[in-house]
Amino acid sequence: MQETKPTITIKGTRDGLILFIDENSSFEEIVQDLTKKLDASSPQKEEPVVSVKVKLGHRYLAEEQRRQLKKIIEEKNRFQIEAMESEVIPIKDAKTWLDQSKLQVVNQIVRSGQVLEAKGDLLLIGDVNPGGRVRARGNIYIMGNLLGIAHAGIEGDQEAFIAASYMKPAQLRIAEYISRAPDYEADGVYMECGIIDPDQNKIVIDSIKILSKQRKVISAFERRMNNG
Amino acid sequence: MGEAIVITSGKGGVGKTTTSANIGTSLALMDKKVCLIDTDIGLRNLDVIMGLENRIIYDIVDVIQGRCKLQQALIKDKRFDYLSLLPAAQTSDKSAVTTDGMKEIVTELKQEYDYIIIDCPAGIEQGFQNAIAGADRAIVVTTPENSSVRDADRIIGLIEKKDMLEPPRLIINRIRNQMMKNGDMLDIDDIVQLLAIDLIGIVADSEEMIKASNKGEPIALHPHFKASISYRNIARRILGETVPLQSLEEEKSFMQKVKAFFKI
Repeated sequence: MQETKPTITIKGTRDGLILFIDENSSFEEIVQDLTKKLDASSPQKEEPVVSVKVKLGHRYLAEEQRRQLKKIIEEKNRFQIEAMESEVIPIKDAKTWLDQSKLQVVNQIVRSGQVLEAKGDLLLIGDVNPGGRVRARGNIYIMGNLLGIAHAGIEGDQEAFIAASYMKPAQLRIAEYISRAPDYEADGVYMECGIIDPDQNKIVIDSIKILSKQRKVISAFERRMNNG
Repeated sequence: MGEAIVITSGKGGVGKTTTSANIGTSLALMDKKVCLIDTDIGLRNLDVIMGLENRIIYDIVDVIQGRCKLQQALIKDKRFDYLSLLPAAQTSDKSAVTTDGMKEIVTELKQEYDYIIIDCPAGIEQGFQNAIAGADRAIVVTTPENSSVRDADRIIGLIEKKDMLEPPRLIINRIRNQMMKNGDMLDIDDIVQLLAIDLIGIVADSEEMIKASNKGEPIALHPHFKASISYRNIARRILGETVPLQSLEEEKSFMQKVKAFFKI
């Protein structure tokens, strides 16, 4: 019989530990071996917290199993799980990814009282009238007049931005940032975008051409892949 | 088979009822069989503006609740045989009218009349839903003020979801030419661009209009007033004619239009 591979391999790196978990062993085996291995080393009180990355290979762990592993690893040792990486994702997650990385193209006028929401990026061909609202998980592109409220990165993506052919919004929101129109009568601007400026820590409106420098990856799918 | 047109605005006080009365009258002047329906239950006005208040015996709630036949509730206009009014109830509970009840009434009236003009209550609640339920198309009335344009936008959004035969069309009411020129009022072009629907007419603000309403005589009956021509033009556009927009200033060209109108 072939010699069995160890179920768990621990590797130390400069950034912390990497735990490789063999993808062919059963979950029970892993739990047993892991407990055994971790019990063997009793940690010193003064030891600093070590960050641990768990590599699961082609194994899919349900939420409950992930919690169980986390508990075993973090309970007795001064370990902190930084990430659990798996090469596989369930179809449901993949579909959500796909939805979130799609560019949703809509042709309508978003009138007062209407709300248009996109799971990924939103391309609106039409106006957003005063009192209308557009929301997207990713970026918002408006081929028309933005006179209402636009909220990009509704789930907290601070890299998201809002671009419009004509901008005179009541409010711009990106992630948790909000900026509103000035109280004095101001003209709108053409071909500009709203983006979070980390230096000023607020939303700024600038010419669309800054995007090529500040937001290198505009493709939603690539962004989604990078952000995991 | 007739056509049902709802006159709506969202905001109150922009002139829905006056517009309904005058469009109805103008269409009747062109020998169309017209029935006006007042759907503002509890705050009926259309009968007052038409000067028919004293003839009301039954109302729309009586019809829906089966206390009378539809024909019994219809009031014939004192000036035209072709014009009738179905008045709203003044006392009944608002919830007495349902969308199904409205649809039934409109369908029945469409058999007999060429045009059913439905005067919609202000707001976007049940009364509005009832009013647009049976309509084939809608005319949205607004004034050149921000608040009323905003409400018109909201209403258009709601109507567009209803899948009517045609997109709604717009009347800009109570225009004061001097204020518009000075930039104190919203410009017609700006309003049309924002609301992005076709303009079917513009009506200037005038004292005569208030006088006519108080007398119970729709101004459309008196062709020597500018507003009267505005309404008649709107009626012609409803019939499918192409009529250029009335100029708001030059008195001379206005008179020519009046003359031209009577030659037809």
